Amino acid sequence: MIGRQRDENPAGIHLPLEPLPGHTSRGRLERVLRRGEFAVTTELNPPDSADPEDVYNRAKIFDGWVDAINAVDASGANCHMSSVGICALLTRMGYAPIMQIACRDRNRIAIQGDVLGGAAMGVANMLCLTGDGVQAGDQPGAKPVFDLDCMSLLETCRIMRDNGKFLSGRKLTTPPQLFLGAAINPFAPPIDFRPHRLGKKIAAGAQFVQSQYCFDVPMFRTYMQKVRDLGFTEKCFILCGVGPLASAKTAKWIRSNVPGIHIPDAIIKRLEGAQDQKKEGKQLCIDIINEVKEISGVSGVHVMAYRQEEYVAEIVDESGVLKGRQPWKREIRRDDQMVADRLDRILHDDITETQVDMVKTAH
Amino acid sequence: MSETTQPVTQATLVKKAAPKSDYKPADVSPQRRVQRSFAVRLWSIRHSRLLEWFYSRFADMFLLLHPLWKGIGYNRVEGPIKFVEKRVKGFMFDCRMCGQCVLSSTGMSCPMNCPKQLRNGPCGGVRANGNCEVEPDMPCVWVKAWEGSRNMVHGDKILDVQKPVDQSLRETSAWLRVTAQAAAAREAAANAKTGASA
Repeated sequence: MIGRQRDENPAGIHLPLEPLPGHTSRGRLERVLRRGEFAVTTELNPPDSADPEDVYNRAKIFDGWVDAINAVDASGANCHMSSVGICALLTRMGYAPIMQIACRDRNRIAIQGDVLGGAAMGVANMLCLTGDGVQAGDQPGAKPVFDLDCMSLLETCRIMRDNGKFLSGRKLTTPPQLFLGAAINPFAPPIDFRPHRLGKKIAAGAQFVQSQYCFDVPMFRTYMQKVRDLGFTEKCFILCGVGPLASAKTAKWIRSNVPGIHIPDAIIKRLEGAQDQKKEGKQLCIDIINEVKEISGVSGVHVMAYRQEEYVAEIVDESGVLKGRQPWKREIRRDDQMVADRLDRILHDDITETQVDMVKTAH
Repeated sequence: MSETTQPVTQATLVKKAAPKSDYKPADVSPQRRVQRSFAVRLWSIRHSRLLEWFYSRFADMFLLLHPLWKGIGYNRVEGPIKFVEKRVKGFMFDCRMCGQCVLSSTGMSCPMNCPKQLRNGPCGGVRANGNCEVEPDMPCVWVKAWEGSRNMVHGDKILDVQKPVDQSLRETSAWLRVTAQAAAAREAAANAKTGASA
């Protein structure tokens, strides 16, 4: 037998892990964070197709480099494969997805149903978001729902998990076991309210948070100082959002068109001055990771490399944040491999095996 | 020359693109927003402390009138009170009549004016100049709420987690509901006291 990987259910990779004391979920991300390891999460670019292979191919490039994969819920209000669908596919293959739930598209009836459905499919982590406004996406004429907001959504999930009840008070027969997440943006006004808002999210149920893209490390450091002073780092795991910029032009475009992303002039100047802007963007990301990982209270990084997903492995590798640890990696089991090899031989090698021959070779 | 110094925003572009004779739907963005001014709303937020003081007196007065409301019947006074409340709060705060007013917890800035109707704080999309992500010409409701709450005596109520909006209470009077609840709580407390002493 091959040695089993850490954080894997021996009965099958698609099954939830053994419950541990003090853990609210049966997922891998919570285990990694609670062990005190520096976690790495990333984001899967959702396909515009109905082909499951598209999801698997996009997840494959993260193999062995990340602890969890965010399945975005129509990010930027653009239509894509749903986060529930992506999560269903990923959990089947043993990945640890973080199911994002945005309040923009569904009301409390639909959302609570999806929380149960996702949990039943083995999703252990859920990230509660408000969601971008519909004006930002490809269907600006859609009706914005926003029945709940991220805070009441967090609270709803927490009530479902801890009290075993719907928001209405009706009982659940089996409550979902979840590790609840939220998003933070330390870089948007009102700056002095932002740390308190994290406090509110923790009060509502957040156990981990992922931040918006961090390009301004001093600003993030000030935020973390405030958060530490308020004592929130002991109640919540904070993952800093980072990502490579493809060029100075993209950086400028993002700055003026994507709400909530703050890119200082120095960053753009550095990119403009570089020979190979794409490479410099990657290096910049690695430099930022190296700076933020030293800030006390930061438990991990969330690498968002939209349309540059192939760089995630390189960024994680070159920044050395894993310190030699290898996150769970999908491996083919030995018996599966044997069958595959055998089939391959029968199909592609030009041989005709008769049973008599097989008996002879076996002896 | 003065025209060139005017900041060109999405709303001004929309306004320019549409001739004055065009049909303008009454409450549809962004035409409607172009015509709106936020002056009164911002005045209310600047004077949040005064309004907080005033509202607490006002609520006391409403509670004093509880026997009157009860005598006439809460369901019968609902109509006229709602009529007044809608217009007064509509003028002062651009109230949307959600029926569960949280102005005292949000620095006198009505959270229902947020395009995402957030009741627990700003989203991550606030522009660097403090304006809204969805409506670029409107100051973010929650940036203003934070400023307003800093002036108030009980401003830290902004840190409480608010429950989701109960949509079935839309277009009902929050004043009367708060009064009825306060009266019920007072009666319950009185009953408990007499029950304990008896």
